[in-house]
Amino acid sequence: MNSILKSKWTKAVVFLICLVPLGVLIWEAFTGNLSSNPTQFLEHATGDWTLRFVALTLCISPLRKILNQPQLIRFRKMLGLFAFFYGCCHFSVYLTFDQVFDLHGIWADVMKRRYITVGFSGFVLMIPLAVTSTAGMIRRLGNRRWTILHRAIYITAIAGVIHFYWLVKSDIHLPLEYAAVMATLLGWRIYDHYTKAPKPAPSNRPVAKQSTTTVAPD
Amino acid sequence: MLLKQSPEFKYSDITPRDVYVNRRKFLYGMGLAGGLALAGKALLDVVNPSARAYASTKLGGLASSPFSTTEKVSPEQVVTTYNNFYEFGTDKADPAKNAQKFVTSPWTVSVEGEVGKPRKFSMEEIMKLAPLEERIYRHRCVEAWSIVVPWVGYSFSTIAKLVEPNSNARYVAFESYFDKKQMPLWGRAGIDLPYVEGLRMDEAMHPLTLLGMGMYGETLPNQDGAPVRMVIPWKYGFKSAKSLVKIKFVKDQPPTTWNITNAHEYGFYSNVNPKVDHPRWSQAKEVRLPGFFKNTPTQMFNGYGDQVASLYNGMDLKKNF
Repeated sequence: MNSILKSKWTKAVVFLICLVPLGVLIWEAFTGNLSSNPTQFLEHATGDWTLRFVALTLCISPLRKILNQPQLIRFRKMLGLFAFFYGCCHFSVYLTFDQVFDLHGIWADVMKRRYITVGFSGFVLMIPLAVTSTAGMIRRLGNRRWTILHRAIYITAIAGVIHFYWLVKSDIHLPLEYAAVMATLLGWRIYDHYTKAPKPAPSNRPVAKQSTTTVAPD
Repeated sequence: MLLKQSPEFKYSDITPRDVYVNRRKFLYGMGLAGGLALAGKALLDVVNPSARAYASTKLGGLASSPFSTTEKVSPEQVVTTYNNFYEFGTDKADPAKNAQKFVTSPWTVSVEGEVGKPRKFSMEEIMKLAPLEERIYRHRCVEAWSIVVPWVGYSFSTIAKLVEPNSNARYVAFESYFDKKQMPLWGRAGIDLPYVEGLRMDEAMHPLTLLGMGMYGETLPNQDGAPVRMVIPWKYGFKSAKSLVKIKFVKDQPPTTWNITNAHEYGFYSNVNPKVDHPRWSQAKEVRLPGFFKNTPTQMFNGYGDQVASLYNGMDLKKNF
């Protein structure tokens, strides 16, 4: 198991799998299968995948500990960046087709409509995380500050679910399913934090220097 | 013991030598042909979208109407596969799939309340109350998308006059069919059912207000509100109740489904109004389906202001949204 996780090929395969949703959307666009309201279809599809990748990113830390597979950390950055990537697609569809590059309209939406306010905030919060996702930035920021900064992903996760919940008109089943997943992932962290009073073992993040007192942002 | 010596192969079963020799190429070729066939089918689907799966009856001898717009009619595929009909599921594609087996015959509509001659109409009677007209109306959804639909029907006032509303009749309440057995997804709708809607009497009696029995020259598909529905072109789509079973003339403003669900977002009037924002969507622009860009400016009263603006003289349309 460990050797599979360590293999560079595994990383390449995971990378390609993460691109499948985009490939499917492009295929559907070229075959005219984006429904009768293509913009809404693209908005929903890219929004869904953003939330799913945020959830997948948040799965890494629990799975590392529960399955005792510290090597899983190799995939966290990639999944997080894919969450940001699909978030960018989501925002681009809104910018291009929904607002047709009307920056005033976007600003009005952000200020006026709470579901857009919260969704946009969650998206913007991912920008510094993406920018500081490199090993060099971790070194520059220092592990402790980097860790605190990257806890912002929890806010993005919550904001994303609220964005979806406030968006739907009356059928709240799907947003509640996402809420349950995120609550489980965040709840595990609270549980983990309070059940292991002594600090957990140093994380296996591939960073050269780090103090043993740091906690991975999980 | 006789052993029958039948040959194990016929000559034609033997693989030709060049196919055998080039068997890898042959397999690639098969794969390529399969891929091309798939691509070709996808291409054909684009050119000629799959046939509609619902049964409908052609409606002949339709009169044209001066109320019709000359704008380009939306593709029928769009109007029949992109529906808000929450009884059959909340995804836009759900009703087309889940309403296939919806039983719409026999069907009766009870017209009652503050009227001199309350009456139940069979669908056959409704079809013959007046000559059927084709009316091409713009249809604007509160979700900021729009379509142009060639409806078939006649003015609602036709049926209203037959039951002779009395002076107490100040509003009309509409009720849609509801049956948990036929609509198993009802529990996910998140709205109270049966679906109810309402109009003020003068709105209901306006000649633009249509009792719709068909579209695209045929009876209504189930997902579009078969067998009979309301069409009020200057109001957001949800005001036009589908699959009507009851029409009741009443004294007081009747409750309406989306207003019950969220009074802050959906008013009783719900006239198309680009200046009154919905909390979730700006109403200034719309996307004309199946287009991509939301850049068609929304018109006051959906462009029917010349006919209906006088109904609201002196009313604050921001307050009475």
